Parts: sequence; C-alpha cells; structure tokens
Amino acid sequence: MRRAEIVTAVLLGILSVYFMWKAGEPPAWDPEGVRFANIGVIEGEGPGSGFWPFWLSAVMLVCCIWIGVNWFRRTSPPSQSDEPFLDSYGWRLVAFVGGGLLGFLLLIHVLGFYGAIAVFLIYYLYFLGRHSIKQTLAISLGVPVVGFFFFDVAMRIVLPKGYLEPLFIPLYEIFL
Amino acid sequence: MDILAALIDGIVIAMQPTNLGLAILGVVVGLFVGAMPGLGSVNGVAILLPFTFVIQEVTGTATSPMIFLAAIYYGAMYGGAISSITLGIPGASTAVATTFDGRPLALDGRADRALVTAALASFAGGTISTILFTAFAPPLASVALDFGDPEIFALMLLAFATFVGLGGDDIPKTLFSICFGLVLATVGFDIISGEPRLIFFDITGFSNGIRFLVLAIGVYGIGEMIWTINSSRYKNTMTDVKINAGRVIASIRKFSDAWRGTAIGSLLGFFVGILPAAGATPGSLMAYGVAKMTSRTPEKYGKGSVDGVAAPEAANNSASTGSMLPMMTLGIPGSPTTAVLLAGMVIWGLQPGPLMFTDQPEFVWPLIGSFYISNVIAVLVNLAFIPLFLWMLRMPFTILAPLIFVLSLVGTYAAYQNLFDVWLMVLVGVGAFFLRILDYPVAPAVLAIVLGPIAEPKLRQSLLLSDGDFSIFITRPIAGPITIIAIILILLPLIKLIRDRLRQPKSSESA
Repeated sequence: MRRAEIVTAVLLGILSVYFMWKAGEPPAWDPEGVRFANIGVIEGEGPGSGFWPFWLSAVMLVCCIWIGVNWFRRTSPPSQSDEPFLDSYGWRLVAFVGGGLLGFLLLIHVLGFYGAIAVFLIYYLYFLGRHSIKQTLAISLGVPVVGFFFFDVAMRIVLPKGYLEPLFIPLYEIFL
Repeated sequence: MDILAALIDGIVIAMQPTNLGLAILGVVVGLFVGAMPGLGSVNGVAILLPFTFVIQEVTGTATSPMIFLAAIYYGAMYGGAISSITLGIPGASTAVATTFDGRPLALDGRADRALVTAALASFAGGTISTILFTAFAPPLASVALDFGDPEIFALMLLAFATFVGLGGDDIPKTLFSICFGLVLATVGFDIISGEPRLIFFDITGFSNGIRFLVLAIGVYGIGEMIWTINSSRYKNTMTDVKINAGRVIASIRKFSDAWRGTAIGSLLGFFVGILPAAGATPGSLMAYGVAKMTSRTPEKYGKGSVDGVAAPEAANNSASTGSMLPMMTLGIPGSPTTAVLLAGMVIWGLQPGPLMFTDQPEFVWPLIGSFYISNVIAVLVNLAFIPLFLWMLRMPFTILAPLIFVLSLVGTYAAYQNLFDVWLMVLVGVGAFFLRILDYPVAPAVLAIVLGPIAEPKLRQSLLLSDGDFSIFITRPIAGPITIIAIILILLPLIKLIRDRLRQPKSSESA
C-alpha cells in the first residue's frame, strides 16, 4: 500500500501538470496565440478562459506534493500500511468484472444495448454468480424486455440496437 | 387573512377529482422516474410536457397541467433517495448527498429506517417550504434579486468550504478531490469565450464536457460496487433487511431523532432554492455539510447517520418549492426543471413575473394548494412502496451487482444518448475504485463537478465587474460575510491540524 500511495501521488502530480499545460493552451483558431496568455486577468475582459482550470490544477499539484510529504513522514494511513494494494482476489475481481464490463461496452457496438445486456447478464449470473441456468435465462431475457418497454416505449429514449435493429422494427410498428 | 382565504380556495380547486387524480399520477410517475439512475425530475417533466397540452385542452385551464408537472417534480425529489439508499447510486444530482449516509444505513440492514427518514424529511421539507412560499413569496423574490454574481460565488465558496469537512481528516486528498472535480467541470467549450478547453488528447468526445452523471454513476455505480464486492466477497449484509409494517411504523416513531437535519435542510434548502441558478442540488449538498459541521457527533456522518439522510432530503424538496418562487414571481428559473416548467407556462399562455400573484390568482393559488396536496400524496405513496424498494435489497448480491452495472450503463446512455459518455463513466468508475483503496474521498469531486459550472462564470463575471480586484467578495454587504464564513470554515481543519501537531511533541515528551 505504501508504494501504491507514492506512485499514485506522482501520477496524479503529472496529471495536474498536464492539466496546467492544457489549460494554458491557445485556441486552435489562433495558432499564433501565446501559451499561458489566458491564465491571468485580461484587462477589459476579466479572467481568461484558462484562469480557473490552471490555478485549480496548480492547487492539485500542491496537494500531490503535500501527499508526498505525508508519505515521507509516514503520517497518512496508506503510507504506514504494509498490506498489498490489492490481494489476489482483488486482482481477479478487477479482471473478471472489469473484463465483463469491457466486453459489455464492446458488445453494445455490435448487438446494441439489449443484446449486450442479455450476454453480460448470462456471463455474470451463470459464470461468476453460479446461478441456475433457469434463473440466469429468466433474468437475462427479462431485463432487456422490461428495459425496451421502459426506455424505448414509455420514455421514448431509443437505445442503440446494433446489428439486431431489424428484429425491433415489428415492435416499433406495434408500440411506437 | 386574504392569503389564507385565497389558499383555502386554491386547496379546494386542487382537491377537485381531476386535479387530485393528476397529482396522484404525477407523484407516482415522478417517484419511479426519480428512482431510476440517470433520470431525474427534469427528464420526467420534459418528457411529459407534450401530454400537458392534451390535459389543458380537456380541462380548459392551465392549472391542471401545472399541477401534474409540479407533482412529477415532487415525486422525483422523493424518488431520487430510493436508488441512493437501496442501490448506492444517486438517482439524480439532488440525491448525491443522500448516498453518503443512506447507503451505509442500507449496508447495515437499516434500509427501512433510511427510506422512512428520507420520506418523512422530504415531507417536512416540502411542507415547511410551501408554508414559507405561501407567506413570503413576493418579499423573498426581491431578496433573491439582491444576489448578484459575487454573492452567488460567495455562496458557492461556502458550499465548497463545507465539503472540506466531508472527506475525513486527509486534507490534501480532500482538497485534491474538490479541485479535480472543478477542473473536470471545465472540460469542453468555455461558455464565456467560446474557446475549447482541456480537450484531452484531442478526443472530440471531450468537447461535450464531462457531465455530472458520468462522474456520479461511474463513482457510485461502478467504483463503489467493485469496492463493495472486493471488501464483502459477495457476502453482503444488505440481505438482512426484513420487511414488515411494524419496522416501518417503528422507523416513523424514531423520526424525531432526525429533527436537526430536517430543520437545517428545510430552511437552508428553501433559501438556496430561491436563488437564481442555484436549485436543489447545491441546497442538499450545503444542508448535509452544515448539518455535519454543526453536529455534536460529526464522526457518525458518512457511517449511517439518520440526520445525514434527513438534511439533504428535506433540503432538496424544500429547494424544489423554493426554486418555483423566482420562476413564478420573476420569470427566472432556479433549476433546469423549473426552466422546463417555465417554458410550459409560457406555452399555456401564462405570463410569469411580478404581477402573476395579482393578475392570475386563479392559477397561482390552486397551484400552491396543490403543493400541499402533492406533498401528502407523495409521502403516503412513498411509504406504501417501501416494501417494494426493500425487496430489491433482498436479492442475492450476485444478482444485484450485475443489475446495478446494467442500470449504470443504460442510465448514462439514457441521460445523454452518447456512447462516449458510457465508456468514460466505466473508466471513471474503475479509477475511483483504485483511488478509494488509497483513501481518496471521491464524493467531493462529484459535488464539485455539479457546482463548478455555476461557480466559475460567477467568479469571472465578478472579477470583470471589479477589474480583477478580488476584494469585491469581501467589501459587498451580502457577499462579504458569506466569504468570511467560508474562509474560516476552510481554515478550521488546517488550524486543527496545526494545533494537533503542536500538541503532539509535548505529549510525546511527557510520555
């Protein structure tokens, strides 16, 4: 945990510097604009567009340095801890759940939301949750059906259908 | 006396069968829309606005459609708490603060207590604010007009100052979290200069900005859920919830424990609600912060304090009534939902403004009457549905967790209809999980992204007004005291830290 604390503080510090750099960027339509010209108060115009994000990012950087000092002095709980950042269960969990979510996101582009929901629920309920096939199918097919009637029909929010779009056309004709 | 007579007449009209039916329907619709992550009162009101034209044609009056929409608004304010407590995902930005203590109560097997407290605090907030609305509408409208840009920014600063206390004792991590949220709120086009800002790696998806719900659902729906699975290993205490009328009645009796949070939320929520461009979200967040800061047991907040549920819930309902005040008396919407309501009023042929109370009393008083009626209906409907909400918690966690993931993804898409936001939400969630392990408080970042878009323009316009002179926040009669209180609140934990550090060597020497 101690190593993770300082590594995270350094990464967030780098992120803060990147934010400061980006905040001072001149707009694309003004290639000759000077970087960081927008981070102060411009006469007659008030604070520039980079004023607020730049100085807030600077405070973020100061906070990261402060976290680093606390790490060095071992005053924060993670900087005193010898426990691992994540145990083997935690890493497996991140892999299986994170992987499942990544698969879900990719499948939305292919099968649309309702198809992806069904596949994700089958994966999670049957393989990770060890539920019976009957229960898995009931939930995995029931949720997309309820979702369609709630979002597409009742709320008129049409979710992407991917390559399954033709299957929904008869339903649109009946319900929409 | 005139007010009382007009109000009684208004309540009689609001109790007519058509209006009463519309109020009940509106509350039930609002309750379920509000409970759905990603959808809030603004979605419910906007989606059902076209139906109100039919209602107006049938009833021949603008009062009935307005009662219907106001009832949806009320119902959604009640509903937002449901997903915050039962699923740990705020149904809307107005219910973010409810998650802080509502979720720990649910994890502790006391979800019924949290839901009952939320319902009754919402009722108290709604009723107190309606009484204040009835009595003080015209004079309060002029007070709200005295709030210019420096005053609103000072108020936002006060809200941020209360957040510093939300993140526990690790001040640099809390400050980092607040600033991180505020910087993320600036991503996209600058509304003042029109310049694109912080378009990371030139990915065009960032042009739309990073929306509040992307961060909130990512943090609470994905990050918090993975964290809960990791720490509980699917053995979740939420399954201990028992459903019976006796427990609900016992929770109602114990509501008096939450009187402090309810009182703070009701009064603060109403005041913040009437300010233009403020609304229920800042109101509920400030109420939570103030309730925690003034509590004798602030250490219980975030771990399942009933006051921590009551304060934001009373405040968001109170603010929703309060935000109708500038809408009706000045024609200025105090929140996105009232902006839609205002549009509806104009379409129905009404003219919101200072003369509304004198020129259109036949519209105003039945509407105010309906606030009282809708509040009673909302609390009864909400209490009646508590067993259904608790049933969700009795599901095995291996079923509940994937359903929450599905709801999070669908809810994010439904809110903005943009797949980039869905990807970003999942990424934010995974990042929040890792930061949570290292004790970074993520709630202040979520709160900051809500208030950032209000605070930044107010700061810049104030500094434009003063030619870059920051003393404008101190020298003005209303902004000054608010700014000074905010600075004291920000410095308090630092002073405490320095005092503790100074005492430490002495105590170790004596040991």
